Amino acid sequence: MDVTVIATESLSKRFPRVTALDRLSVDVGPGVTGLVGANGAGKSTLIKILLGLSPATEGRAEVLGLDVATKGADIRERVGYMPEHDCLPPDVSATEFVVHMARMSGLPPTAARERTADTLRHVGLYEERYRPIGGYSTGMKQRVKLAQALVHDPQLVFLDEPTNGLDPVGRDEMLGLIRRIHTDFGISVLVTSHLLGELERTCDHVVVVDGGKLLRSSSTTDFTQTTTTLAIEVTDTDEHPDGTRAVRDALHARGVTVQDGSGLPGAGHVLLLTASGEETYDLVRDVIADLGLGLVRMEQRRHHISEVFKDSDAERKEAVGHGN
Amino acid sequence: MATEQPVATAAGDQTRIHNIGYRNYDGPRLGRAYARRSLYSQSLRGAYGLGRSAKSKILPMLLFVVMCLPAAIMVAVAVATKANDLPLDYTRYAIVLQAVISLYVASQAPQSVSRDLRFKTVPLYFSRPIETADYVRAKYASLASALFILTAAPLLVLYVGALLAELDFADQTKGFAQGLVSVALLSLLFAGLGLVVASVTPRRGFGIAAVIAVLTITYGAVSTLQAIADVQGSTGAVAWIGLFSPITLIDGVQSAFLGATSAFPGGVGPSNTEGAVYVLVTLGLIAGAYGLLMRRYKKVGL
Ligand SMILES: Nc1ncnc2c1ncn2[C@@H]1O[C@H](COP(=O)(O)OP(=O)(O)OP(=O)(O)O)[C@@H](O)[C@H]1O
Ligand SMILES: [Mg+2]
Repeated sequence: MDVTVIATESLSKRFPRVTALDRLSVDVGPGVTGLVGANGAGKSTLIKILLGLSPATEGRAEVLGLDVATKGADIRERVGYMPEHDCLPPDVSATEFVVHMARMSGLPPTAARERTADTLRHVGLYEERYRPIGGYSTGMKQRVKLAQALVHDPQLVFLDEPTNGLDPVGRDEMLGLIRRIHTDFGISVLVTSHLLGELERTCDHVVVVDGGKLLRSSSTTDFTQTTTTLAIEVTDTDEHPDGTRAVRDALHARGVTVQDGSGLPGAGHVLLLTASGEETYDLVRDVIADLGLGLVRMEQRRHHISEVFKDSDAERKEAVGHGN
Repeated sequence: MATEQPVATAAGDQTRIHNIGYRNYDGPRLGRAYARRSLYSQSLRGAYGLGRSAKSKILPMLLFVVMCLPAAIMVAVAVATKANDLPLDYTRYAIVLQAVISLYVASQAPQSVSRDLRFKTVPLYFSRPIETADYVRAKYASLASALFILTAAPLLVLYVGALLAELDFADQTKGFAQGLVSVALLSLLFAGLGLVVASVTPRRGFGIAAVIAVLTITYGAVSTLQAIADVQGSTGAVAWIGLFSPITLIDGVQSAFLGATSAFPGGVGPSNTEGAVYVLVTLGLIAGAYGLLMRRYKKVGL
């Protein structure tokens, strides 16, 4: 990474009763970066510090090369922010609202109107933009929130849980849109979520925080390779009365380590193995076909961050070892 | 694998559907002062329902008409009867119509600030170059200006009418000017108090009730106590009690320094020394309201 968009150094934020950020040091380059963590991990707190709105207890941070402690106003002129909570007045139209927000970012009246029309179109709001926001669906509201963060053409946007409350289709559309913010608009993105699974597909880089501490920071390709766990369940046949065992032995014979899925629904019949790419899927499929068994399910088990990082301590240590 | 492929294509389709050329913006960015001015004019227009729904225009416009109507009638009467003075002094007008003014503040102060709090729009402002002081000043100035428009417009009607009725020019101009100073002070004071009360609650209805309470209940209490003091012959107390309600405060200031006749019982306003205290308290309240608003919005943050 040649350019650093966000850099923090031993950044801490302590509230009277909790430590929201604990000596966090991380560098983020251009592109789409996911900030993943469970509820209360400190994601929103980090964004507020990066916007220069909340002073850090200790440590320092820079955004676009500007110190958050002294250059807050300059940073806020160059970045956009989409909050995690609702922030839209119901009684005005999307157009009126976004025009107003564009002017609050310093755009002259004509430019504010033109950019609002463009931006709303880019996020996928058309005729409905003249109607009061109160009547919008959650998906449309999220798009308006995104539009107000983009309308002044920032160099970087902070998107705090943009997929919150969306159904699977809306979620995929939002993720596609986030991808385009970088590829088509040339704007870097820091996007938060508590689901690692959804961000891996969208992001170039993922930063994982837990309890305010950096757990891991790496490019998404590394991530997928080392952390994808496959859960497999097979049928039994007369030839193989214990199909699960047969598959395990066959995989062992080919050098693949398999664990019991103890603790999972259907324990004893579920096998867990670490997938290291497309080959693993093919291998499993072939092994099961050779044995003549039926595949009940094969699914990726890495959708929730806690499963990846909290299930097994060994895996967790390994994951941290891959960090910066 | 099975889950990843369709998503990739969905994202691809999305790109094609929406890809209508993103244009970067390299025009001017006018910064904080411009944003503050924009917020000021948007809020000022909003205080009369402009740029808002038809429904939200009704009350402020109605109150504006109610405020100006008596002035228009007085002028018509003065012109028709060739009277040699207006039936009501410029400085007395706002005092007589204080209920209308209070109602206006009670309805518009919450709409100006409670909405942003209730719908959590405030963080969107502060994630931009604009700062707490810009937001507070724009909101304060816009409501004070709206109130000035509401209270100065009828005075203008009176003044123009007085000139049409060919009343004494110097006399009328002096009275008009004193009236303007008085309503300017009143606008600042009422806007400050209204905004402080409204900014405490995101609930609009509660804000309206609380503002009415602060403006009218204090007046009720103060004038009752003044009447009692007057009956008991403690004229000195009358002036001091007047310090405790916004409208009697303005009344005191203008009867001490702006040639107004006092509405206090007995018709005797504060002396010059007492009047100085009135001015100090008024200015103190205005500054205090600004300070409290700043503190309130420092806390709201994100
Ligand atoms: N203003 C505050 N005062 C006290 N504690 C706070 C404050 N803001 C955040 N916290 C605490 O700091 C911790 C981190 O909060 P933060 O909102 O940053 O988490 P998050 O990762 O954004 O979580 P979520 O996924 O729920 O949005 C939490 O324990 C929270 O309770
Ligand atoms: Mg959060």
